[in-house]
Amino acid sequence: MTQSFRLESGGLINRDKKISFKFNGKNYYGYEGDTLASALIANGVHLIGRSFKYHRPRGFFGAGVDEPYAIVQLYRNGETEPNIKATEQELFEGLEAKSVNCWPSVNFDVGAINNFLKIFLPAGFYYKTFMWPKSFWYKIYEPFIRRAAGLGTASIKHDKERYEHKYEYCDVLITGSGPSGLASAYSAAKNGAKVILAEDKSRFGGTLLTSEVNIGNQSGKEWADSIISVLKEMPNVTVKNRSQVFGYYDHNMLVMSERISDHLPKTKKFHPKQRLWYIRAKEVLISSGSIERPIVFGNNDTPGVMLSSAAKEYMKVYGVLVGKKPLVFTNNDSGYETAIEFKKNGIDPIILDTRKEPQSEIIEEAKNMNINIKNSYVVVAAQGYKKVKSADIAKISDNKEELGSIENIECDCICVSGFWTPTIHLASQSGNKTKFNEDIDAFVPGISKQNEKTLGAANGIYTLEETLKDSFEKGNQLSKKITNNENKVSFPNVVEKKSTVHDKFWCVPLPKGKNYKRFLDFQNDVAVSDIEIALKEGYRSIEHVKRYTTLGMATDQGKTSNLNGLQLVSKIENKVVPAVGHTTFRPPYSPVSIGAIVGREVGKHSKPTRKSPMHSWHEKNNAVFVDAGVWLRPRYYKRGEENLFEASKREAKNVRTNVGVCDVTTLGKIDIKGPDAAELLNRVYTNAWLKLPVGKARYGVMLREDGIVMDDGTTTRISENHYHMTTTTAQAANVLSHLEYYLQLVWPELNVNVVSTTEQWAGAAVAGPKSREVLKKLFPNSDVSNEGLPFMGYMEADLFGVKAKIFRISFSGELAYEVNVESDNGYFMWEKIIEAGEEFGIQPYGTEALSTLRIEMGHVAGSELDGRTIPYDNSLEGLLNKKKDFIGKRSLSRKAFAAEDRQKIVGVVPLDKKTSIPEGSHLVKDSNAPLPNPKLGYISASCWSVEHDNPFSLAILKDGKNMIGEKLFVMSPLKNKVIPVEIVSSHYVDPKGERVRS
Amino acid sequence: MLHIKCPHCGMRSQNEFSYGGDATVKRPELGKEISDQDWDNFVYNRKSLRGKHWELWQHLSGCRQWIKVQRDTATHEIFKTLKANEEIS
Ligand SMILES: [Zn+2]
Repeated sequence: MTQSFRLESGGLINRDKKISFKFNGKNYYGYEGDTLASALIANGVHLIGRSFKYHRPRGFFGAGVDEPYAIVQLYRNGETEPNIKATEQELFEGLEAKSVNCWPSVNFDVGAINNFLKIFLPAGFYYKTFMWPKSFWYKIYEPFIRRAAGLGTASIKHDKERYEHKYEYCDVLITGSGPSGLASAYSAAKNGAKVILAEDKSRFGGTLLTSEVNIGNQSGKEWADSIISVLKEMPNVTVKNRSQVFGYYDHNMLVMSERISDHLPKTKKFHPKQRLWYIRAKEVLISSGSIERPIVFGNNDTPGVMLSSAAKEYMKVYGVLVGKKPLVFTNNDSGYETAIEFKKNGIDPIILDTRKEPQSEIIEEAKNMNINIKNSYVVVAAQGYKKVKSADIAKISDNKEELGSIENIECDCICVSGFWTPTIHLASQSGNKTKFNEDIDAFVPGISKQNEKTLGAANGIYTLEETLKDSFEKGNQLSKKITNNENKVSFPNVVEKKSTVHDKFWCVPLPKGKNYKRFLDFQNDVAVSDIEIALKEGYRSIEHVKRYTTLGMATDQGKTSNLNGLQLVSKIENKVVPAVGHTTFRPPYSPVSIGAIVGREVGKHSKPTRKSPMHSWHEKNNAVFVDAGVWLRPRYYKRGEENLFEASKREAKNVRTNVGVCDVTTLGKIDIKGPDAAELLNRVYTNAWLKLPVGKARYGVMLREDGIVMDDGTTTRISENHYHMTTTTAQAANVLSHLEYYLQLVWPELNVNVVSTTEQWAGAAVAGPKSREVLKKLFPNSDVSNEGLPFMGYMEADLFGVKAKIFRISFSGELAYEVNVESDNGYFMWEKIIEAGEEFGIQPYGTEALSTLRIEMGHVAGSELDGRTIPYDNSLEGLLNKKKDFIGKRSLSRKAFAAEDRQKIVGVVPLDKKTSIPEGSHLVKDSNAPLPNPKLGYISASCWSVEHDNPFSLAILKDGKNMIGEKLFVMSPLKNKVIPVEIVSSHYVDPKGERVRS
Repeated sequence: MLHIKCPHCGMRSQNEFSYGGDATVKRPELGKEISDQDWDNFVYNRKSLRGKHWELWQHLSGCRQWIKVQRDTATHEIFKTLKANEEIS
C-alpha cells in the first residue's frame, strides 16, 4: 500500500525510518513518530470501527486523548489489550491492531441492522426495552448486547508485563507542556523550586507544535525545544513525556501514569511497561489546555467529519492530509488556521463560517490566499455512508433558525470547529468550584479548594501573550512562596495573529422533512433526539439525563460531547447553561490500565507471605500448606496416597493415643511489662488477674465494649511485672491496637508497655498422653513432672544449650506443652522434638488435625468467636468475674444479651453417625416446613471425631442450654442436604477436662 | 489520600494510619453505675457530623501512637493534630 495521503515533506516524523504494521490483517507502512491513527490516515484508511449502539461506521474524530471513535484492540509481543486509542498509540515495528465492535467485519457489519431498528434503541433502551419478559434477559438480550456492544476483549491470560509504583514529592507539579506549562515550569524552576513537568504525549510543546507563532525570535516549536532542553539539565526539575496526570485527590495528591514501554515493540529487559506515580505536590499548576468543540449537524458522525484542530495536527505534526477536498465548518477563527494549512500544502479548502462578517488578521490572511469563504453558511448534513462524499450546506438566517435552500457540494472531509472547551477535569476533581464563562461558552476553574491554579487555555485564556505572561508570573509567585527566592526570568517578545470573537452557534437546525441523526456523544451514540426524549420523559437533573441517555459515560468521558449536551438541555429547558450545571468529573481523566493500578502487588506479591522458622522442615516432610492470614501453615503432612481427610484423621488420632507436634509459631504474642501490667490485664480480660502467681498461665477472654467476644488466649506471668500474652493468629494485630488504645487514651495513668513479639518466638505444641515422656528427654535437667510443671504452669529450661520457655497449656484437650525458643533456634527445637519423640511415635500434625482436636473438645475458636457472639453463647460465662468491672461488661446486662433463650454453643451428631455436616448449614425443627423455614441456629465448625469415629459439629443454637438431647435437622441449601441430627454437649471428649491435668 | 501530620513523626500518608472514630467520646469510669441510655451513647450513638470533627487515628505503620485529628468531614481539610495526652481545646 502506498501512503497516498502523506505529504511530500513536513511534519515531525522521521521519514528515514519506515515502520510496518498491520490493521485488520492488512499490511501497511508508516514512519517513526507516527501514531497508529496518523499512519492509517496516511494510507487512506478512514473506516476504523463501528459505533457502540447503532454500529454506524466510525472514522477518526480527533488526534489525541479526546478521541471518541478510534478505539482498537492492540496486539503487542504476544499480548493483547483492548480500548486503545489509535490517536494515542505510537507506531512501532510489527504493531497489530483490529477494529472492535465489528462482527463479522468492519466493512460488513451485521450489527448495523440496529441502525435500521432505531425504534428498538431509544434513550434509556437498556432500562426499557430489555426489561420484559424477564426470562429473555439472560438467554437473549444480554448475550446479544454483549456481542454487539463492547470496546474490545480483555485478555484472560496472566499479564507478564511489570508495572511499578513510585512515590514522589515536589514543590510544583505542572500538568501539560504547552505554552503555559513550559513558561510556568521554567520560571518556577529558575526560582529554585523542585518541579515536575508532565506531558501526556510523546512530544513536548502542546499547541506550540501546530501554531504559527514566534517567541523571542524563535518559532513556537523551537522555543519549546529550547525550554525543554534547559529544564532537562536542571537538577531540581523532572521532565516526563508519555505521562498523564489523571487524578487529583485529597491533600494535593495527584496520580500520574507513565507509559514507559507502550510505544516499543516489546518492553526492554528489567523495564516496567508502565509506572504509576503518586505525587504529593505543594502547589499544582494545571496547564492541560483545551479541546475543540464540535458543531452539531446531521450525520455528523460520518467518517471524515473531524475536529479542525485535529486536521491541522495531522498535517503539521505527521505530514498527513485528512482529505484532499476539505470543507472547514467553523464558528470562530481557529478553522481558518486549518484552512490556511491546507492551502499551504496545495489543497483548496472551502470555509463555511456561521458568522456574518467577521474580520481579523487571520481571516485577512485566508482571504489573501484566495481561500473560498462562505459567510453565514452551515453544514446541514454530511452525505456518504462509510466516508463523507459530499455535504448538504445552506445559508442560515441571522437569528440562526431559518435555513436557506440546500446545496450539495462535493468534499471528502469536514473539519469542524465550534470553539474551545477548557480541560477543567483536574481542577474539578480537586474540588474547585468551577464557573461558567459567558465569553467562551464554557466552564472554567473558579474558587480553589486545594493548592491548585489553572493556566492558559485550560483557564479560558486564548492569546499566547497573555498565557505566557500569566504563566511566567504564576510559576514565579508559587515558587517564591516555597523557596523565598526572587529570580525572575525575562519575558520574551511574542508575535501572534489576532483573532476576533466567535459565534455562539453550536447546533444546526433540521431542514424541513428531514430527520437526520445529529450526534452529541460519538462514543455512546447519543443523539439530540435522545436528550429530547429524556427531557420529555421528565428527567431534569443533568446527572439523571446523563445516566438515562449515557451521554458522556463512555471511555472518553464526554470530552467532546459534554458541553453540547449541556447547551441542548439548557435550550430545551430554557435555562442558562450555568443553571443546568455540569456533571461531576471523576478520575481517571482517561482510562488507566488495571496493571498500572495494581502495580507489583500481583500473584505472590499481592500480600506478604510469612513462614515460620520450621517451614523448610515442613516442606521436606510433605506438608500441604494452607493460608492462615498472611502465614503459610502446614494443613497436613501427606503420607503416600493419603488425602486430606485420611491424613488429618491419622494425625489427630496419633495425638489422642501417642504424641504429636504442631507448629504454633503463628500465634500472636504480646510482651507486657510494667508495674500496672496486672491491672491492665484485669481490665482487659473478663476474669480476675490480680492474683496470678509468677510462673503461672491463665486462660482469658477479652470483649469489645459492646460485649461481643474479641479474642481469647493464655497469658503467663513471667516475672513480677512481666507478662507474655498470646492471641489467636487472626486477631494478633487488632489486640495490640486495642491494648494501645486503652493505654494511650483511656487509662494513660497505667504504667505499662506492650509490644508485639509474634515473630520473635518459634513455638511448637507437643500434645498427647506421651508428651511428658518427650519433654523429659528434651529437658533432662528440669522437673517436668505433674508436680514440677502442673497444668497452666510455666518454666524456663535449657534445650541442649538453647534457652526455652515451656508453657503447660493445651488446645487439643490432651496433656500438652508449648515450647518456645527464639526464632533463630526454631528449626533446631523442632528437629530435637521429632528426634526425642521418635520412640513414642511422634507425628507432626497440621491445622486440620488441630481443628479436629479442638472441635471435639468443644474449644471455641475463630468460627465461634466471629464477632457476633458474647461469652454466654460460647459457654464462657464462667469466666465473667462478678466482682470487678472490665471492658464490655456493662453491655452484657443488656436485655437481649441476658435473654433466657439466648443462643448457646452445642454439639451436633448426625443420627446415622455417617453423614458429614457442611459448615454454615442451618438447624431447623422441621425440614418440611414451608419457606422461610425458621432457623434455630447454624453449624460453626465440623470435623470427624477421632475419639468416637463419627462426624461431629459445633453449632450456635437458640436456647442451646435446653436443647441437649433434641432431634433437629441440618439443612444446607447450598449442598442440597438435609441431615437428621441429635443435639449433644459441645464437650464431646473428656467433658471433665481430666486429660489436660493428668 | 490524606496527608496527616503525626505529632510524633511529621507529615505521613493516610495509608500509614488507621481510623479510630470520634475523639470526644469519653469512656465511662470503670465500676461506676451508668444508665442504659448513657451506655448506649458511649457504645453506639455517634453524631456523624458534617464539618469539623475531632477524631482518633492510630499511626499504625509508624510510631503506633493514637493521635487526635481535627478534620472537616466534608472537605477532608485537617486543621490540627494532637498527641493522645493533649486535651482538645
Ligand atoms: Zn507517628
